Order: sequence, then C-alpha cells, then structure tokens
Amino acid sequence: MKVTEEDVNYVADLANLDLTGEERIGMLRDLNSILDYIDRLNELDTSNVPPMAQVSDKYGVDQAKQGSDRFAYASREDIVEGLRKSLPHEEALANAPDADEHFFRVPKVIER
Amino acid sequence: MDLTSLTIDAARTAVQERKATALALVEDHYARIQKEDGQIGAFLTLSKERALEQADRIDRMAAEGKPLPPLGGVPVGIKDVMSTRGVRTTAGSKILEKYIPPYDCTAVARLEAAGAVVLGKMNCDEFAMGSSNENSAYHPVRNPRDLSRVPGGSSGGSAAAVAAGMAVVTLGSDTGGSIRQPASFCGEVGLMPTYGRVSRYGLIAFASSLDHIGPLAKTVKDAAIVLRAIAGRDPMDATSAEVPVPDYIAELEKPVRGMKLGVAKEYFGEGLDEEVRLAVESAIEKLKVLGCEIVPVSLPHTPYAIPTYYLIATAEASSNLARYDGVRYGHRAKGVKTLSEMYRRSRDEGFGAEVKRRIMLGTYALSAGYYDAYYLKAQKVRTLLARDFEQAFQKVDVIVTPTSPTAAFRLGEKSNNPLAMYLADIYTVTADLAGIPGISIPCGQTKEKLPIGLQILGKHFDEATILRVANAYEKAS
Repeated sequence: MKVTEEDVNYVADLANLDLTGEERIGMLRDLNSILDYIDRLNELDTSNVPPMAQVSDKYGVDQAKQGSDRFAYASREDIVEGLRKSLPHEEALANAPDADEHFFRVPKVIER
Repeated sequence: MDLTSLTIDAARTAVQERKATALALVEDHYARIQKEDGQIGAFLTLSKERALEQADRIDRMAAEGKPLPPLGGVPVGIKDVMSTRGVRTTAGSKILEKYIPPYDCTAVARLEAAGAVVLGKMNCDEFAMGSSNENSAYHPVRNPRDLSRVPGGSSGGSAAAVAAGMAVVTLGSDTGGSIRQPASFCGEVGLMPTYGRVSRYGLIAFASSLDHIGPLAKTVKDAAIVLRAIAGRDPMDATSAEVPVPDYIAELEKPVRGMKLGVAKEYFGEGLDEEVRLAVESAIEKLKVLGCEIVPVSLPHTPYAIPTYYLIATAEASSNLARYDGVRYGHRAKGVKTLSEMYRRSRDEGFGAEVKRRIMLGTYALSAGYYDAYYLKAQKVRTLLARDFEQAFQKVDVIVTPTSPTAAFRLGEKSNNPLAMYLADIYTVTADLAGIPGISIPCGQTKEKLPIGLQILGKHFDEATILRVANAYEKAS
C-alpha cells in the first residue's frame, strides 16, 4: 500500500474536495491499484533524460532562437483591448451563482 | 434524396444547386435526431435557433447564386467541451449544468464561417475523461451499431451521431484517444491533428499539453475538409503553431506508391484481440498491394505510455479543474457558511467519480515528496516516447497500428475497473504524448459485425500524408 488513509485525507484537502467516507475508501483502493501499475516506469533509467513538458517548443518555432524568443510570433503588445473587446460587465457576471450588479458574491472570508 | 446520408460535398452541392435547401437539411437531421436519439443519447443540447439562422443565411447565398463556402449548409455537431456563445456548454458535467458561454470556441467559429450549421452539442465523458462515454453526468451514449455496446469515448456522442446519420460531421477532442477510439468503435473516420495545428481557444481544458480538437466524419475527404476549415494559427491560443496549412483536399489524391509504412511489433502484442489483429494485418496487406513498402520499426517504450499518460494528464487536470470553485460560474452548493466550505461542497456535488479520481491522482503526483517520483518521472519517459517516434520517422512516412485492442465493449463491462478502462487507450495515448497526428479509419468488422479501426500515425504537421494513405485505403476497400 503506497497511499494511506492519511494521504487520501491530505490530498483531498489540497484538491479542495471533502469526499464522503465511502468515496475515501474507494479512492484508497483505486489510487493504490493505479499507482501499482504506474510503478513500471521505474524499470526505466531516466537519469540522463530531460523532462518534456510540451511539444510547442519544437515545431513551428524559429530553431535558431533560444527560450521565449522562439515564441516571438505568439507575443503581442500588452494593451487592454489587444485581440478582442473585453466582455461587458453584465455578461461576465451572467453565469455567477451569486452576484450583485458589480461583483461576484461569496460567503464571508474573514472571521472576527 | 435522403439528406441524412450525405457527405460534406454532396450536401453542399445539393444546396448550391438548389436540389435541397439548407433548411431541409437541418429539418431532416432534427427529424432523425427526434426519431433515433432517444435510444442513442448522442445530443445534450440542441441549438435550433442558431441552426435555423445559419441555414437561412446559406439558403439566401445559394438563391443569389453565390458560391457556397466549403461546408455551406452542412449540419454538424459539436462536442460539449467546446464553448458556444449563448448555447449551454456542460462538458458532460453537472458542475456546468447551467453554463452559457459568452464567447465561441475558435474551431466552432471557423466551422461556421465555412458555412457549417451547428445542430447542437454532443454528449461526452465528463470533462472528456473516459473511454466509453459512461462517465457523462447526464446519460451514457449507446453505439448505433449495437445498442448494448459503448460508442467509445470520450467523444462518444460525436461518434454516435455521425454513425446514426444525425450529423454529417462532428467535432471531437482527443487527449488520449478520444477522437480515434470512438471513431473506431462506431465505424467511421476520426482525425487527431498535430498538437498546435488547431486552436484550442474556447475548449474546456482537460490536460493542456495533450488536448487536441479534430473531426469525426463519414469519409477521409470529409475529415480533410473540416481540418482545412479549422486549422491554422489563432492569436487567441498561444499554443497554436505558426505553420502554413496545406490544401489537404488537393493532397488527398496523390499516389501512395513507394510510400514507406512502419509497422511496430509493440502494437501487436499481448491484449490485442485476434479478430482485430487479423483485420489490421489484412489492411496492411492491402496497402502493400497499393504500392506501399512495409518497414518494421521499433517503438520500444510503448508499454510505458499508459502510466506516463495517466500521471501527466491527471496532473494537468488537477490544475485545470481547480477553477471550478462556484464563484464565477458553475454549480455552487447551497447553505454553506464559509468560503472554504463553499469550494469543497460545490466541487463534491458538481464532479463525478472519475473526475474526482483523476483530480486526486494528479494532485498526489504533484504533491510535495512525490513530484520527482511521479510527475517528473513521467515527463522524462514522455521524452523517450517522443524519441521513439522521431527515430522511427527517420525510416518511414507513416506508422500503421490498430486503433484499439478490441472492438466496442458492452456498457458496464469496464465501468467498475478504472485501470481496465485506461488500457482501452493503449494504442492511442502515444500520439497525444508525442504531439503527432493520427487518424482512425474503418478496416472491416468482427464476426459480431462490430467495426474495427486502423490507425495511421504521421510526422508532426504532416496530416496531409496520413490523410493520403487513409484515402487510398478507403478508396480501395
């Protein structure tokens, strides 16, 4: 067992999930079974292999350039209405579960 | 004329030549949906108003004798992970049950600009997480070829709609096989373009380094027409590549004689169904007869693809799905007293079991003490998988494999075993990880009349070649 009950509680906390008691038991079983399978990655020696986070830096970019300069085509002036108009205020609030005419409303954050 | 069995060109030509109206095409497809979809479950939302407006625009163009754009009047469906302005977009999740996007996904906007008529939004696994469409928070989708079986996933609704004649073509998304595997299960064409070929602006994010948008279609040419319409750099998506888009349709008919086809033994090993193996081998034989040269290649890290994928995809998902907090949109739990309780209860009530499982796995893989052992390790193995393809593609033009180890399985068959479900993606996740394009085309059926898929993988940004090989096979079969 790699993952313990405490791990499940800790990770659920990080992920902002409560989970019922039953869900926690299922999670313990499933995570252990999946991680057992994932363990086969340790058969590979990767000590000299660089990590790959994405493929965008290899294709369609200027290979002669380095770092973020490679993505020069993807940058633009930092102006408020650069690519499209911002959403009107009421449209941005339209999907909110709770809002007044100006702001998203949430339960009180600071206890006093 | 049966308007629900047409290809893109046939539908567009019929409207252009005034043999049918775009309105009649829309109405016939809605009639078919009305008749068939009760038992299939492919649609989550119909966008009738939007469809009728667009059909009217196209009909007026045709009446004025103006040349119609490539998809003029063609009824399409959009997987419900792509935002549609004013049309509910749920991602197959209860957490977005009432979400009405204020803007359009670029791929959808481009398809409509090319004349397509959006009929509605297609059912899918919640947040595109699944291989059977059983993880939809609304209802499962059934395979039109055999209603006791799954259509595949996660783009199950997109695949089923095309197979049942409820849309001429649909858009799906592919993160680990979610276009190609359902296309294979439903007996049609499914194309995942190269990473960066099609903008993801407006696509609800699952795993950002792996998500792709692409078509599910009746023919290879239809897939080529849709790709041509949606491909190309979009300033709204920094990951969309500045690479010219070729005329895929013109490339389709070029000969395949002399082309080198790689066959990797790692895709024909344990777990591959015997009937699927025979069908794929016979398809390879046919391509040989068409003049292709068969070249054995090795992709030795293939057995490590699934564990790599399920670490990277879940890690990225755990981060992407953190945005569902019940503040700006989406479900908010009632009767909560604190902000923290609101986050937790809203997410608990809004997410389904598989989504929670993946958020937990991804959060675990990224957490202090495990990051190096899991997430970083997976990123390194991803390099090895990408290198496998780089080396193989020095020798060959395309690589042919089965799309899925089996034909469509039964509903419920794997739903209690997450790991067994994950293994349904064993031949498709590699292309997502390497960022290369792949297409699945029908290559026969099992004794039980279930479709089998042939997968053709290509070099980065070389969709033209996989489409050409696919087209040659389709024409010959």
